[in-house]
Amino acid sequence: MAEFLEFDSVSKHFGSVRAVDGVTLAIRRGEFFSLLGPSGCGKTTLLRMLAGFERPDTGRVLLDGRDITDLPPNKRQVNTIFQNYALFPHLTVRDNIAFGLRIAGRTGKEIDSEVDKMLALIQMEDQGTKKPDQISGGQKQRVAIARALINRPQVLLLDEPLAALDLKLRQRMLIELDLIHDEVGITFLYVTHDQGEAMSLSDRIAVMNRGKVEQLGTPTEIYEAPRSSFVAAFIGDTNFFEGTVAEAVDAEHSRLRIDGFPDVLVFNDKQLRTGDLVYLSVRPEKIGISREPPADNRLRNAVHAHVDEAVYLGSHTRFWVRVQDYRISVTQQHNRYLLDEKPIRWDEDVYIHWHADDGFLLERYSESDENLMTIPGIDGAPAERTR
Amino acid sequence: MSRSRVPAIVTVAVLAFFWIPVVLLIVNSFNTARFSGSWEGFTLDWYRRLFGAREIWLALRNTMIIAAAATLTSTILGTTAALALHRFHGSRVQRTHYLLVYTPLIIPEILMGMSLLLFFVAIGLQLGLFTIFLAHVTFCLSYVAMVVLGRLQDFDWSVIEAAQDLGASWRQTAAKVLLPMLAPGIASGALLAFTLSIDDFVISFFVAGPGSTTLPIRIYSMIKHGSPPLINALSTLLLVVTFTTVWLSQRLLEDRS
Amino acid sequence: MTGGKARREWAVTLPSFAWLVALFVIPSLIVLAIAFRPATPSGGIGAGWTLETLRSLGNPNYPAILWRTVWLAVATTAVCLALGVPTSYALARAPKRWRNLLLLLVIVPFWTSFLVRIFAWRTLLHPEGPLKRALVAVGLAAPDSQLLYNSGAILLVLVYTELPFAILPLYAAAEKFDFRLIEAARDLGASSWRAFRSVFLPGIGRGIVTATLVTLIPALGSYVVPDLVGGPSSEMIGNKIAQRTFTDRNLPHAAALSALLALAVLAPTLIALAANRRKESP
Repeated sequence: MAEFLEFDSVSKHFGSVRAVDGVTLAIRRGEFFSLLGPSGCGKTTLLRMLAGFERPDTGRVLLDGRDITDLPPNKRQVNTIFQNYALFPHLTVRDNIAFGLRIAGRTGKEIDSEVDKMLALIQMEDQGTKKPDQISGGQKQRVAIARALINRPQVLLLDEPLAALDLKLRQRMLIELDLIHDEVGITFLYVTHDQGEAMSLSDRIAVMNRGKVEQLGTPTEIYEAPRSSFVAAFIGDTNFFEGTVAEAVDAEHSRLRIDGFPDVLVFNDKQLRTGDLVYLSVRPEKIGISREPPADNRLRNAVHAHVDEAVYLGSHTRFWVRVQDYRISVTQQHNRYLLDEKPIRWDEDVYIHWHADDGFLLERYSESDENLMTIPGIDGAPAERTR
Repeated sequence: MSRSRVPAIVTVAVLAFFWIPVVLLIVNSFNTARFSGSWEGFTLDWYRRLFGAREIWLALRNTMIIAAAATLTSTILGTTAALALHRFHGSRVQRTHYLLVYTPLIIPEILMGMSLLLFFVAIGLQLGLFTIFLAHVTFCLSYVAMVVLGRLQDFDWSVIEAAQDLGASWRQTAAKVLLPMLAPGIASGALLAFTLSIDDFVISFFVAGPGSTTLPIRIYSMIKHGSPPLINALSTLLLVVTFTTVWLSQRLLEDRS
Repeated sequence: MTGGKARREWAVTLPSFAWLVALFVIPSLIVLAIAFRPATPSGGIGAGWTLETLRSLGNPNYPAILWRTVWLAVATTAVCLALGVPTSYALARAPKRWRNLLLLLVIVPFWTSFLVRIFAWRTLLHPEGPLKRALVAVGLAAPDSQLLYNSGAILLVLVYTELPFAILPLYAAAEKFDFRLIEAARDLGASSWRAFRSVFLPGIGRGIVTATLVTLIPALGSYVVPDLVGGPSSEMIGNKIAQRTFTDRNLPHAAALSALLALAVLAPTLIALAANRRKESP
């Protein structure tokens, strides 16, 4: 069954650089979908191919069943919010918003009432006669949104819209974008390099790197079950251990031999065999830290460590602990009144521990890797976990 | 740490250097003395004689006609040139185009005057107002192109994409977005072209024919064989007119924004 | 798609391109051609080709004129740079309120006709003019010395007419210059002069190259200034070309001289282009 918006094996290169490399994506109607990745990963190029400003070298773009690959940008039912808003400096706010309707040939009265509605939506009713150089950054962004939405596009494209705003304003606009999406109900395609934005706004995220989609999933899936080291490292923080799979200890767990680190147990749902080289990824918040060894649980990995650094951040503390050759990041949430306890400090000897199921096995990650392979056995959603 | 005073001193000296002859000119236009060596009394006589000098008004008329026509033509050609140079930047055609546009700016006027004279003689075109017009457009074009090109380089092209994104065709984008935003730059270029045309002497001198005297050519012959005080009065008038025009246009621009 | 794009490019390029080819390129080539044709006694251009005109360039007076033209142009450029660089420095450092006023003060005198300005100097420098009288009164000049109709007068008036064209690109470059670099240099121990020489001057390098071009080339080809304030012993190429054209009515000869002038202008232009390109590629 065809989805609402599809990229079908789309590729684009600029000179010798493959900006987009055989991307296939399907986006659902009404979804808030994000393209997330570092600069140069191809997310903006993909967006511009949907808007019509770039033509794919191969592949097709389909919107609501229609092949729009060859359609010029002014004929697509798609509107873009540009990174610097691109408001027309010689037109007032009202005229900016009305631009698309005027081009479409609507009558003056219709246009006026639609513009009024839009001004109300973005809460700028009394700013209609101002020019773009007389309003603030956040207001410009809202005008850009109104200017796009008034045309009732099938898809709204947002190209890093919050990049030019300061932190406070960005946080406010995040909430507003969410509200607007809920109210208007159209499909949003959001491009950003900021994982916080993507995670908080999106129904689903496509993490991109070097022109390819590394992983497609909900924010939780991406965070908890990254399918490659790139995704694990790009989203949130993690600790990586380099090791060799040793013997299995039961149907779902194996021992992992790590150089410069004691052996640990890992969840092995990928049918890895003895001798396979892997990376183990364990996120800092999954690791517990205590002065006494944890209650014995055969699936719990416990290791002796020394606290190198402790950074107190109020609601939590970040530790960097040393275990033989490894420097591990641990986050400890302070759930109880801290002054009643004796918090762990710098230079103490402690135990760090995590459950075998809270770690994740991934392939080797390196900046220079041309072909990042995923571990054999993965073909869709991560395997079910049982404790 | 004291900053050196030298730049400021030099600047003041330069400004004095610039203004002294001008002030002298203005003062002498009211000077009774025929030869302006010393002050001999106040008079408006020279202005009176100026207003009666028919050949000067004729020359002024010629200058204005040529300037208007040359400004219009060179502004259009210069703007299209700038658009082409910017939009298709880097292509082989444009690299040649750029050379064509840029070179007239850096060759001495006498070379341009000479080459145009020889050209008109070679093709048998009679020298007159028309040849002066052709010559003026040729060098004004480059100036207009450079001014507009400068504005285009600061131009935010995402606005053009935004217009297309909102449904505008190329023609609609050009009419509703590109040209309105470019208008101040084009106006600057036109003003420059007008100024250059009115003041041009060397090139006009080479390609003018009998009966097609422009104001600068008239002034030149007055300097060589004529009455110096009339020139003082004329130049003071010109200065006042230019000043007023620029001041007015500045006020107009301010009022608009 | 490429066909359409090429057609669009030509549509926009053609008007100015065609005009410049017709009225700039072709006339330039014609000058070169006519230099090889004989002159008719009535002042026209004869038929056939000849090297006679080129040979007549061997006129014994010409080397002196050529030399004078070059050194006057170079001297003018040097003085304009020497005056223009400090002025642009001061202008760029002036507080915003003053800057527009100062720029206006620089530009306004040039709203008088170019010829009139030269005429004003002619008056000033006249043997019975105010400047000479003032200098004699102060004892700096002998009563029978000539301030006018010599190379000195040409230099003075050339500087006067060219200086604003030098100041503008210098100012444009100085305005973009980050003056905190000078503070950094002073902080590291450099004197005012050292900072100026080693930081500011290289910083406005492109402006200096432009200013040099914009001063040197018109000076090389100047005609009106030597004509009005120079004397018979201080002719420049420009004078000669005009003389041959209007007085002697020998067009081929004038064309040959023009070609010579074009060559003289080509050299600094190419040097400047090379200098700028080297600045661009690191």
